[in-house]
Amino acid sequence: MKQQYWVPALMLMAGMAGSAFAAKTDITIGMQLEPPNLDPTGGAAGAIDEVVYANIFEGLTRFGSDGSVKPALAASWTIENEGARYVFALQSGVTFHDGAVFSAEDVKFSIDRAMAEESTNAQKALFANIDSVEVIDASTVAVNLKQADGSLLFNLAWGDAIVLDSATAENAATLPVGTGPFAFDKWVQGDRIEIVKNDAYWGTPAKLDKATFKFISEPTAAYAAILAGDLDAFPNYPAPENLAQLDADPRYSVVLGSTEGETILSTNNAVAPFDDVRVRKALAHAINRGEIIDGAMFGYGTPIGTHFAPHNPAYVDLTAQSNYDPEMAKALLKEAGHEDGLTVSLKLPPPAYARRGGEIIAAQLRDVGITAEIENLEWAQWLEQVFRGKDFNLTIVSHTEPMDISVYANPEYYFQYDNADIQELMEAFGAETDQEKRTAMLQQAQQIISDDYVNGYLFQLAKTGVANSKIQGLWENSPTQANDLTAVYWED
Amino acid sequence: MLRYVYRRLASLLVTLFVASLVVFVVIEVVPGDPASYMLGMNAQPDTVAALRSELGLDQSKPARYFHWVTGMLQGDFGQSYTYRTPVADMVSDRLWISLPLALFALLLSIVIAFPAGIWAASRRGGLADTTVMGFTQLGIAIPNFWFAMLLVLFFAIKMRWFSAGGFAGWDEGFFAALKSLTLPAVALALPQAAILTRVMRSSLLDVLGEDFMRTARAKGLSQRQALLRHALRNALIPVLTIIGLQFSFLIAGAIIIENVFFLPGLGRLIFQSIAQRDLIVVESVVMLLVFAVVMVTFLVDLAYAWVDPRLRHRA
Repeated sequence: MKQQYWVPALMLMAGMAGSAFAAKTDITIGMQLEPPNLDPTGGAAGAIDEVVYANIFEGLTRFGSDGSVKPALAASWTIENEGARYVFALQSGVTFHDGAVFSAEDVKFSIDRAMAEESTNAQKALFANIDSVEVIDASTVAVNLKQADGSLLFNLAWGDAIVLDSATAENAATLPVGTGPFAFDKWVQGDRIEIVKNDAYWGTPAKLDKATFKFISEPTAAYAAILAGDLDAFPNYPAPENLAQLDADPRYSVVLGSTEGETILSTNNAVAPFDDVRVRKALAHAINRGEIIDGAMFGYGTPIGTHFAPHNPAYVDLTAQSNYDPEMAKALLKEAGHEDGLTVSLKLPPPAYARRGGEIIAAQLRDVGITAEIENLEWAQWLEQVFRGKDFNLTIVSHTEPMDISVYANPEYYFQYDNADIQELMEAFGAETDQEKRTAMLQQAQQIISDDYVNGYLFQLAKTGVANSKIQGLWENSPTQANDLTAVYWED
Repeated sequence: MLRYVYRRLASLLVTLFVASLVVFVVIEVVPGDPASYMLGMNAQPDTVAALRSELGLDQSKPARYFHWVTGMLQGDFGQSYTYRTPVADMVSDRLWISLPLALFALLLSIVIAFPAGIWAASRRGGLADTTVMGFTQLGIAIPNFWFAMLLVLFFAIKMRWFSAGGFAGWDEGFFAALKSLTLPAVALALPQAAILTRVMRSSLLDVLGEDFMRTARAKGLSQRQALLRHALRNALIPVLTIIGLQFSFLIAGAIIIENVFFLPGLGRLIFQSIAQRDLIVVESVVMLLVFAVVMVTFLVDLAYAWVDPRLRHRA
């Protein structure tokens, strides 16, 4: 009996000694949240995409590490009918992990499924402008739009728009079958998910043989797991306070990048006192962004003056328009008739940026005579009270969807900003396909919301990752929530 | 004896029924909708409505309660909203971590506490007694999560003998799984052992003062023989009570330790499910824990009757 255990143990040790000379081909990646399921077309949880996006599942297009849209299952496309019809030529020789052949029918099935009335796709709006999907032949598919739309290729790059096989789509939540460079292997619920290299991959094969995603929610436990060598990388490391220490350790490198998360002091524009633009302007000038970034995020984050990612070429730096000027804030409040002070609610969801940032903002507001009553909420409560119920004055939240400035054109959106100018602008933007004009429109939109001081714009959430110094090819930035392992490898 | 068992059983069933009502009502009044949690900020209202009807959340509350309870009676705990897998499977996966962990910790604490308690009691007032009592003070005073971090610091980060946490899984082999439970079990066991030692000692000391102990000594038994043969069994009732309480605590209350060691146990499942408003999971797991606690109490009651014949006859 004893011997039976010894033999494999010895073999394992011999194997380990042998592999010490060659580069490693497996990786263990830490994540703070476990995905609730593995179907990116059936839920909003970012953790789903962090496991499956570009690894297991692919769509017609995909995001590159710099946020640009690249071909994926669509090898190329032509735009017809003045931007209202896209014809995609599909990659050839693509199979799903179970051996099924990928064809235009799968594309039609997947998009139709996402658009359907009973669809539970969290980003259904991405497909709202699609009129029909037409299979031309096995390797050509056309998407007909209701009106010309310059965002289609971008929209199809989202994790919510990946292509599934009709035979396996129902079980994607627990048994995802995609076309990606990695195939799902095993899920030990609560602990880890393992994926393995797909040897039949149609494109450039992955360099790793195996990857394990391990879920550690507690920041101190994550720190211990990295130090103990249990993890090779933690791309969204949750404890910025340890980063300096880890950076000093030669075994690890800290990777700083940017995310699509505009962190804002969301303001209810429809309810007094913030229905008055002077009060909103006062709010903007009462906030010291530097203090918030240092205090809440240990210095990681880029100040923003509008709802737009600074790394995007269309970004306009408008931070000066809402610079820190408490005297001006007081004067504006007086002008608006609030010289005796104001009491408002500040409802905070669980992330550290909100809870820590909220305390600092409350202190800054106190200096200009605004008393912010802090109320800590869980996510589910926050969604119900603040996001759906619109029962709040102020809240802090990071808007993590890429290019989401269009929410300002929706007067029903939770901060209830109603301005015909931006509504018209965003409608025109949707139909515009000329890149230069689109950029100009985006810049104009940034200016409008900054002029109206719709929300307090705080900072772009940084991506603070930690990885073993020998790992190459991890994404530095986070144009979408993903851990694309396609190009990751270990240095010798 | 049989009537005693029946009465215990009846009170067990009533407790379970009342608990199911309370659990359902309390969890259903908590604000927050599971469907909108799952779909996030960009979801359209019709999508949320579609998901609600898919999950059965559009039915009335009494209907859902009835559905839940009748399902449980047939062994069907429903399907998790967020994970889309049967709750029974999820719970049994987690139970295979929480239960062995609790047993492991309990075993450790008994192995430490029994000899230490007996030793201290038999040398009352002596150096052994003071030393043991000193350590138990320390054991009770040290918070287990802090002790857990010290264990991680030394055994995982410095010595690298263990992982800092996580669970290998039983299919990786018995020893690999046991190894992942070792540090958490030690962290959990220490404070429990300290409590148990003190109870063991004081309970033994009480018994040692009884008349029958003097008789036993007068019969010619040595101090040691009298202690092991007569005192121990009589001293066990309070000890069993504590062990029963500790076991229930260890199954449900290991949540902090589970977080420190990122073990996917029952405690963490509840914690996660509450945050995600996976109501059906919370309800079922809490019911399961109620069931476990009630069962443990029931078994302890039976054990009382076993060690104390008077209880059998009184009923």
